[in-house]
Amino acid sequence: MKFQLTYKLFGRSAILVEWPANISQDIIQDIISFERHIKEIDSILDTIIAYNSLLIRYQNPIVDQELTIRQLKNKYTALSYLIKQDQFLWEIPVCYDASFGLDLEEIANKKKCSVADIVRLHTKTDYLVYFIGFQPGFLYLGGLHQNLHVPRKSNPRVRVDKGSVGIGSAQTGIYPQNSSGGWNIIGKSPLNFFNMKASNPCFAKPGDRIQFVSVDLHTFYQIEKEVANQKFRIKNSEL
Amino acid sequence: MIEVLHSGIYCSIQDQGRFGYAKMGIPQAGYMDTYAAKMANALLKNHERAALIEITFGQGKFKFTSDTYICITGGDFSPKINEKLIKMQSVYPIKKDSVLSFGKRVYGARVYLSVYGGIQTERIYSSRSYFKGITQQKLVKGDMLPILPIQENTENSFSRVRVSEKHFRTMYLPCIKGPEFSRLNKEQQRRLFSPFRVSDHNNRVGYRLKECLENNLPSILTSAVMPGTVQLTPSGKCIILLQDCQVTGGYPRILQLSEIAIARVSQKITGDKIQFILEDYS
Repeated sequence: MKFQLTYKLFGRSAILVEWPANISQDIIQDIISFERHIKEIDSILDTIIAYNSLLIRYQNPIVDQELTIRQLKNKYTALSYLIKQDQFLWEIPVCYDASFGLDLEEIANKKKCSVADIVRLHTKTDYLVYFIGFQPGFLYLGGLHQNLHVPRKSNPRVRVDKGSVGIGSAQTGIYPQNSSGGWNIIGKSPLNFFNMKASNPCFAKPGDRIQFVSVDLHTFYQIEKEVANQKFRIKNSEL
Repeated sequence: MIEVLHSGIYCSIQDQGRFGYAKMGIPQAGYMDTYAAKMANALLKNHERAALIEITFGQGKFKFTSDTYICITGGDFSPKINEKLIKMQSVYPIKKDSVLSFGKRVYGARVYLSVYGGIQTERIYSSRSYFKGITQQKLVKGDMLPILPIQENTENSFSRVRVSEKHFRTMYLPCIKGPEFSRLNKEQQRRLFSPFRVSDHNNRVGYRLKECLENNLPSILTSAVMPGTVQLTPSGKCIILLQDCQVTGGYPRILQLSEIAIARVSQKITGDKIQFILEDYS
């Protein structure tokens, strides 16, 4: 499926390409394919992928805007849909114990369901990684069940632990570092989502999928130890 | 080595910043006043990407444990070597055990200390720029920063340039329209190009402005931002994003500052006036 794209100059040395303003799997796959396809253009400095946009930053100010846009349009027209490659489903252990899931009780009360229901819904399906932003290693995930949509907290926490799994409105995600945060915390993962010691600091990338798997406290600490010793291998399978 | 004797509110090591890692959510970082930083390196004949020390409000004190050459650019906070005033934008030979300190503010907000060959701290993801979570967050007292030994045949060129104080004093910030500019109505556009004042929320992540714009624009789907992007928040406050900003954001992006405007704004302090000027760029 081809989309109607718009191309805008954004600053003097970047072009913002926009897809229709929707959060959809078809759109993000199209953006990922396009981004891979233009990688070979030497003059590109960096790219930023988001839900319905791709920012292309060039090394130098754009002299001929029309020419640059035409070059991108040609690339898009020539885009083959066979570029989909190396996409993985990652199994992410999460401990939903009350000591980590600080807001589980509150959400259960609000939603008039049990804590077990929340865990069941959160681990029932997998989530698509749309892009990475906000903080190094923060995955924007799509696919949160409607019954788990909870507004952000009116008073953000000053400190949310690294690995905390949260829900903010229609989104769910994992805090890759200790930080302040306004999402409702439902559990904690022992994994590193931004690992400076690894050759690839973020194991997941746009287009991959995440499956949360519930683990008990004992398993959490065991995995945490293995992660610290760099002995833990995250289970994955090719999509 | 350079020994950090005092690091004030915020001193950090900066070079051009990180590019090619935005997809992992890694911000660009890098020196705020590109114009001053590049000049400091040029005067010392360093590579333009050599790392230097960015000193906020001249609050810093450094001791050199070996002979070297230095050059100070950016904001003028009365730099002194061993308590003797030195000139800005000038190359000075430095003897082992000399101490660099600062005094009264003349103009600006950020000072650059460039040394012969550049600061040699570890490069992470092709940059030495400090960013919390990637490197240490900021310089602290006692840090020892490696520098290169001077070559025997290194000659001091005694290079000096004059800089136009306009760079530090002007309120005008040239920019072009941002992706959501066209969503502003006539009245909002008129207000946007009137003067604003810098609020006390200003740092390497961004500068929040004091005055508000009437704002009825809805948020956008989270999309790319970069240093120099001006966002309009739901409360009507404008935020000028700078070097340490995130790679994506959800507020309408109404303007994009030119490179020189980013350098100018990074020399502003709380209460300073600024005014956006639309550049014709087609």
